[in-house]
Amino acid sequence: MTTHSTLAAPPAAAVAPARRRAPEGGSKLERRRQRWGWLFVSPFLLVFALFLIFPLFYAFGMSLFTSTLATGTKFTGIENYVKAFTDPLFLEGLLRVAAFAIVMIPAQLIVAMAAALVLDTLVTRLASLSRLLIFAPYAIPVVIGALMWSFLYSPRFGPGATLFDLVGLPTPDFLASDTVFASLVNIVTWQWSGYYMVVIYAALRSIDPSIYEAARIDGANGWQTAIRIKVPMISSSVVMVITFALIGTLQFFTEPVVLRNIAQGAIDAAYTPNMYAYSLAFSYSQFNYASAIAFSLGMLVFAGSFVFLFLTRKQSGLKS
Amino acid sequence: MKSKILAATGVVAVAAAALTGCSAGEAEASCTNEIQKPDATQVSVWAWYPAFEDVVDLFNESHDDVQICWTNAGQGNDEYTKFSTAVESGSGAPDVIMLESEVLSSFSIRDALVDLTEFGANEVKGDYTEGAWKDVSSGDAVYAIPVDGGPMGMLYRKDILDQYGIAVPTTWDEFAAAAQALKDAGAPGVLADFPTNGRAYNQALFAQAGSVPFAYDNAEPTSIGIDVNDDGSKSVLAYWDQLVKDGLVATDDAFTADYNTKLVDGSYAIYVAAAWGPGYLGGLSDADSDAEWKAAPVPQWDPANPVQINWGGSTFAVTSQAADKEAAAVVAKEVFGTEEAWKLGIEKAALFPLWKPILESDYFRDLEYPFFGGQQINKDVFLEAAAGYTGFTFSPFQNYAYDQLTEELYAMVQGEKDSTQALDDLQASLEQYATEQGFTLQ
Repeated sequence: MTTHSTLAAPPAAAVAPARRRAPEGGSKLERRRQRWGWLFVSPFLLVFALFLIFPLFYAFGMSLFTSTLATGTKFTGIENYVKAFTDPLFLEGLLRVAAFAIVMIPAQLIVAMAAALVLDTLVTRLASLSRLLIFAPYAIPVVIGALMWSFLYSPRFGPGATLFDLVGLPTPDFLASDTVFASLVNIVTWQWSGYYMVVIYAALRSIDPSIYEAARIDGANGWQTAIRIKVPMISSSVVMVITFALIGTLQFFTEPVVLRNIAQGAIDAAYTPNMYAYSLAFSYSQFNYASAIAFSLGMLVFAGSFVFLFLTRKQSGLKS
Repeated sequence: MKSKILAATGVVAVAAAALTGCSAGEAEASCTNEIQKPDATQVSVWAWYPAFEDVVDLFNESHDDVQICWTNAGQGNDEYTKFSTAVESGSGAPDVIMLESEVLSSFSIRDALVDLTEFGANEVKGDYTEGAWKDVSSGDAVYAIPVDGGPMGMLYRKDILDQYGIAVPTTWDEFAAAAQALKDAGAPGVLADFPTNGRAYNQALFAQAGSVPFAYDNAEPTSIGIDVNDDGSKSVLAYWDQLVKDGLVATDDAFTADYNTKLVDGSYAIYVAAAWGPGYLGGLSDADSDAEWKAAPVPQWDPANPVQINWGGSTFAVTSQAADKEAAAVVAKEVFGTEEAWKLGIEKAALFPLWKPILESDYFRDLEYPFFGGQQINKDVFLEAAAGYTGFTFSPFQNYAYDQLTEELYAMVQGEKDSTQALDDLQASLEQYATEQGFTLQ
């Protein structure tokens, strides 16, 4: 859609003022329509308010108090936030998810993009089967996927020992403190690449085939078409994929929590900021400080995705 | 058109009611067991004992005015997490809850538990050993009724030790020599495991050398003594660090699928365990079919002055959210207060009773365990271990303390720090945490 915006710019500009005038003309009809619109979205709004907006304010309220085991609860304002941003455990967790973002997002994107570009050029029945198979890991619940991998990584049940024996190498410990990072990257890439592939693939299918024809006439080969035509034309989808991946990575939680069951030393209770908030609240019963950590993380995720969307506003079509 | 809008709003309202209304009242209705006398007061109980339903049925049959409504809300930390959340929110907790003695002060400090002295706890005090009673009391207050204990012994594979000509170690020096001998003989496994996430297990090993990590009394709830880097703990940890460095013991995480398999397939020749250990082993699959298990007393530092230790053990506490505290206290006191209940607990769930009438009975002493080839393990090992136990004080932030211990031990076996440094760092982090939580250090 957005890729056409540059082409369609003049007519759109002409149409826009006309549309803006419309409410003044048929205002009664428009207002009635709006009323129906609100009614239809009200079930969503209700759930949204009940389970997102309200808890958000509730958590923020909690984060302004401090409750200690020995001395009870008192109002402390932003003290919890000062503590959070000077808390080495929280800051280490932030650095760790930043490192995950730097490694994991390109890894997922490259796999997804390569698969989508290859599948886009194939039209055989094998292509649709492959598409389904690449997508399949996404259909597995995250916890189940992580549990499955924890068995695959297990030195005893996993295939690691057999595979490395075949090539005569010592079996690495996938759950040691220096390898667990890569093991987690692998799980996430396996799980999410297929989903991103489908998003990118759908964007590729929506490109007008006549553009390819024009490229072919101009003498572009398959590789050049892919890199020079297809990739730039799906940039808005790529921005969306990266935004999703960025938010997901900063909130990294489920996979490390599941792996922690078998690698408690390598993955500590504050491995990611979300895990830290979870252990603070539910293991150490510091609900107030946990709210502050969660809220700080939320603000950082919001700021991070906002900055990213701002920097890529051209590619994503937020600004033409 | 108007009626349509009304209908639509109605749908929304119903949906909203369904969304908000589903949590209320459901907990009362969903008992795992069948209530036999519906007119009696119902007491909700969370517990994870194996074969507990039979015990519940027995209680309900023999009581006309109180009935237990039992739910298994998860084991250990899973249950504590739910309970902790219920305590924070002020509703949703059961009337009676199974808690390990190590977390009692973590909940009593949050006013989540009822002091049972008002409800006749001292009447049953005589039914328990002094050590067991100390575990559930803090000062004059009694926060739970003891159920089962975890006196420690050493379970070993007689077939493996015999095969390599190794005598059963009775001291830790012999234990280290046996580990070396097993390695020199080229055995495929190791003598034992040193799990860095052993938590209460590691704490018990330290306690054997005289470690008293915490001093805490509910009568003075804002004051705590922390001493986790004493000389006893340091020498114990240095001993294990050396065994780890020499490759004589494994450092696998405990309670994982890998660990469970290794326990029963001969990877470890010795399992230093609590009295509930045999029950745990019996429930594991992939066991070595020619395994020949025996039990022996836990190795000692000084055989002239043996010290007995304890790992785990559970209790029944009454929560402050209980509607009828009197009835709840009756359940806590009486559910494991009969011989019939205990025979179920011992034979079906492999529990080690703390209730004296059965603990001191000939039946329990002479019981032969098929898992150990008919050995009378209580007589040989665990009764003596239980008798020597004098109780233990845990901190009101035990979960945090254990997590920190795990981190330090992991850093040690990774070679990042030595044993002394690990315990000194643990001491520093616990002191800092206690101060942050508003405690004054003694």
